Amino acid sequence: MISFENLSFAYSPGRQTLRNVNLEIAEGELCLLVGPTGAGKSTLLGCVNGLVPHFTGGTLTGRVVVDGRDTRKYQPQDLADVVGYVGQDPLKSFVTDIVADEIAYAMEQLGISPAAMRKRIEETLDLMGIAQLRERPLAELSGGQQQRVAIAAVLAAQPQILVLDEPTSALDPTAAQDVLSAISMLVHEVGMTVVLAEHRLERVMHAADSMIWLPGTGAAEYGKPAQLLRHTSVIPPLAALARIAEWEDVPLSVRDARRRIQTGQPVLQLAQSSTSTPPSDTPALQANKITVRYGNTLAVNGVDLALEPGTVTAFMGRNGAGKSSLLWALAGGIPSTGRLSVAGHDPREMTPDASRTLITLVPQTAADLLYLPTVADELAQADKESAAEPGTALAILQSLGIELTPEQDPRDLSEGQRLALALAIQLTARPAVVLLDEPTRGLDYSAKDHLTQIVKELQLAGKAVAISTHDVEFAAAASTRVVLMADGDIIADGDTRTVVTSSPAYSPQMAKVFAPFDVITPSEVAIRLDGEVPAGTKGNPRPNDGQVAS
Amino acid sequence: MKPTVLHPWAWWLWALCLGGVAGFTTNPLLLAWLALAVSTVTIMRRVDAPWARSVRAYFILAATVIVIRVFFQVLLGGSSGHTVLFVLPQIPLPEWAAGITLGGSVTLEPLLYSIYDAMRLAVILLCFGCANSLSSPRQALRSVPAALYEISVAIVIALSVAPQLIESIQRVAKARRLRGHSTKKLRGLIGLVIPVLGDAIDRSISLAASMQSRGFASRRGKRSAAALALMVSAAMLATFGVFLLLGTTWLALAVLCLIAGLLGVIAGMRLAGRRLQVTRFNPPTWSGREWLVAASGLLALANAIIFSGIQPGIYNPGTDPAIWPTLTLPALAPLVTGILVLIPTAPVRLQAPDAAVLVGRQRPLRPSLAAAMEGATTPAPSRVANSRVPKNGVLTQVGQ
Repeated sequence: MISFENLSFAYSPGRQTLRNVNLEIAEGELCLLVGPTGAGKSTLLGCVNGLVPHFTGGTLTGRVVVDGRDTRKYQPQDLADVVGYVGQDPLKSFVTDIVADEIAYAMEQLGISPAAMRKRIEETLDLMGIAQLRERPLAELSGGQQQRVAIAAVLAAQPQILVLDEPTSALDPTAAQDVLSAISMLVHEVGMTVVLAEHRLERVMHAADSMIWLPGTGAAEYGKPAQLLRHTSVIPPLAALARIAEWEDVPLSVRDARRRIQTGQPVLQLAQSSTSTPPSDTPALQANKITVRYGNTLAVNGVDLALEPGTVTAFMGRNGAGKSSLLWALAGGIPSTGRLSVAGHDPREMTPDASRTLITLVPQTAADLLYLPTVADELAQADKESAAEPGTALAILQSLGIELTPEQDPRDLSEGQRLALALAIQLTARPAVVLLDEPTRGLDYSAKDHLTQIVKELQLAGKAVAISTHDVEFAAAASTRVVLMADGDIIADGDTRTVVTSSPAYSPQMAKVFAPFDVITPSEVAIRLDGEVPAGTKGNPRPNDGQVAS
Repeated sequence: MKPTVLHPWAWWLWALCLGGVAGFTTNPLLLAWLALAVSTVTIMRRVDAPWARSVRAYFILAATVIVIRVFFQVLLGGSSGHTVLFVLPQIPLPEWAAGITLGGSVTLEPLLYSIYDAMRLAVILLCFGCANSLSSPRQALRSVPAALYEISVAIVIALSVAPQLIESIQRVAKARRLRGHSTKKLRGLIGLVIPVLGDAIDRSISLAASMQSRGFASRRGKRSAAALALMVSAAMLATFGVFLLLGTTWLALAVLCLIAGLLGVIAGMRLAGRRLQVTRFNPPTWSGREWLVAASGLLALANAIIFSGIQPGIYNPGTDPAIWPTLTLPALAPLVTGILVLIPTAPVRLQAPDAAVLVGRQRPLRPSLAAAMEGATTPAPSRVANSRVPKNGVLTQVGQ
C-alpha cells in the first residue's frame, strides 16, 4: 500500500533527517511509528501524503509510492482521496466552524456532487459516532470530540490510508482512549491502513500489527512490535519488564504479561520503599478552603491542602477536574478565595516579583515563559529578574543535567529541553514551592525519565514539588504522594503506592501485571524465571490481597 | 420541521439598510428607537453560536464612541455656541497651537451637535454588530461568486484568527506574571508579543497543511487570460461611464458605458469562476423568506429617504438654537417596516446536544472505574450543559 524506496530526506543540505529508508506497509495494517523526539517521525508521516517535500521544502531522494501513485508527481491535494492526514491539535486544523461543514470541506474541494456529499457526511458521522454533533460549533466540543471530527473530516474523502501524527498528544487519557478506539475500529471494521505516531506506547501497542523504529540516526527499522521493542531506546513499562525478565519478546498487553508471570515463577524484589511518612515539620504551603470560580463554573471547591518540604505531590484526575486551576490558584496566578500561606505570606497579596521567590509555577506551555532570541539571553534575564549572581540560572540548568548551546533559539529546543530551561529560569528565584502544570505533555520516554530525575533532585533539595499530570506511569515513578481530584474536590489523598494501586483507573501497568503485589515501576521488579529466590527479597502481597478492582 | 437558517446575505442586507436609515437622521429620539428596534430583532432572532455572542462588545463599542466624542468636544470644543453650560479652567497653549483651545467654557449647541452625530455613528456600528449575530460572517463570506473564492477563503481564515489571538494573549499574559513581569511596560509587551506571534504562525502553518492535505486547490483550472482582460477592460469602461455621468451632458452615452461595463464585469467573473470546480455542501438558498427580510430592510431605507426629504426638520433637528427634538408618527415608518422582519423569520436554534451525548461524554473508561468511583464523584458539569441545554436536556426548537 505504501512503499518507501531508498528514501532520504534533508531539510537543509548536509543534515539528513531520513537516510535510505526501505520498507513497505501492507494494506489493512495498523503501523506504529516510534522514535525519540526529533528522529523524523513527522517527516516520515509527511512523506506519505506528499506534504514532505511539497509543503515543507527540503530535498527528497528515492521514491514514495502510495497506492500506485508516486508522491514526486502528485501534490498533497491530489492525494487527498488516497491519504487522510490528521495532525496533533485538531483545533489548529479546522477550516470552518460547524461540524457538518468541516466534514464537507474535503468533498467540496474534490468537487463531489451535493447529493453524494450529503450521503457521505451522514455515513461518516455514524462511522465516527458523532451524528449528534452535526450542527454544533467546533469550538464548543471537547478535545476528544474535536479530534474525532478531524478524523471524520479526512475520512469523508474516502481515503484508504489514514496518517495520524500524535493525534492524542493534546488530549486527556479518556479522550485519548476514545480516539484510539475509533482508530482501531477503522482498522478492524473498515479495513483501513493506518500509520500512527504516538508517544505513549502503552496505550496503543497491543493493537499494532507492525512498527517502524526510528532511532534518530536517519535509519528506519520495520518489524513486529514485540521484537523491535526488545532493543529500542523508547521503553514502555512492559518492554522494561521484558528486558529485566530476559523474555525473548515483549508482551504487548497487561494480559500477556500477566500470563507469563503466572506460568513462570516470578520473584519480586521491591526496591527500598520510598513511602516514608511525610515529615511532620511545618508545611511549606498551607491552603484552606481554596475556591476558584470562572463565571458560574466552580473549578475548585473549597480545597484544604498542605505541601511538605521534600515531597513530590502528583495531582491527577480527568480534564476539568480542577488540577490546573488549583495549581494556578496556589501560585497566586488566578483569583481565588480562601486562606493561603507560603512561609507566612499570601502570594496573592504580593507583587509577582516577590511571590516568585516563595512559590513558582511552570505552565503547561513552557514556551509562554520564553521570549528572548537565545538561551544565553534568557538565562541572563533570569539572573537579572531574580536579582541573583550572574551565572546562577546557568548553574541551575546544568545541575538539572541539561546542556544547551547558548546561541540556540529557545523555540528550536525540544519539548523536554524547553521545559528544563523554563524550570531553571523559575528556580533562579529560589522558591521553596515548585509547581509544574502538565509537564509530561509531548515528552518522549527518555525526556520523561530525565524529568523524573530532575523532580527527585528538587525533592532532595528540600523543595515542596506539586505536579499535575495525566501520566500514571510518570506519577508512579516521580511522586511520593498522589492527590486525586474530581469536579473541583479532592477525592483521594495518600502516598503514591497506596493510591495508585487501589484505583484501577490510576494504576500503572506494573501494578496491573503484578497485582496483588504493590509494584508500581519496572525498576522495582527483579524476576528470575528459574524460580530461585534470592534471600530476603520476597515481595509483599498487599494486605487486602484482593482483585484489582477495589 | 428542521430549523433552517436564513441566507446570511438577507440578514446582512437588512442590517446594512437599517444602518443606512441611521445615516439619514441625527434625531436622537429616532436613533434611540432605531437602536432599540435593531437590538430587539437581534435578541429575538440571533443564532445560538459563539460568533453571535459578540453583540455586547458592539454595544460597548457604540457607547465608547459616544463617550469619546463628548469627551473631546468638552475638552477641545471651544465656545462656538452661546448657551454656556459650565466653564472649565482654560489651559493656555503655546503660540504654535493657535486655533486649539483646551478647556474654557462649554456650550450647549456644539455639544448637542456632537452627541447627535456620535449617536448616528454608534447606531450604524450597532447594526454591524447585529448583522454579525444574526448570521455567521463566515457563512456570508462563503456565499460569494466563484471568482472571488480565494479572496473569501483568505478573509474567512483571517476572521477566525482574532478570537484565537485573544485566547493566546490571555494565556501568555498569565504566564508572564509568573516570571515577575508586568505586561504594562514596553519590555513586558515584547515578552507578550513574541510568544503570541509564534503561536499564530504555528497555527497558520498547521491550517495550511490541513487544507492542502484535504484537497484545497486540487480542482483549479488554469487562470484564463481572456477573463482577466475582459474584467479589467469592462471595469475601465464602467469607471469611464461614471465620470461621464458626473461630468458631461451626454447622459445616454454615460449610461450605456456604465451598463456595458457592469455586464462585462459580470461576464468576466462568470468566466473566471468557471475554472473553479468546487461544490458547496448545503448552500444557503434565497427564497421567499429571504426576499421578505431584504424587502423589509430596503423598504425601511426607502422610507427614510422619502421622509427625510419631506420632514427634514424632524430627521435632522437643528442644534442652533438648541430645540427639543420631536418625533412624528410618519417619521417612525422606517422603524415599523424594519421591525416587520420578525414576521417571516423564526428564532433559530442550532441543534442542541441530546441527553445521551452529555452522558456519553462523562462515561468513564471502564465499568470497574465507574464502580470504584461511585459515590465519590459526580460528573463534572460540562460547559455545554451549562450554556446551551435546558435543564431537562431535551432538544429545543423554538417556534417550530
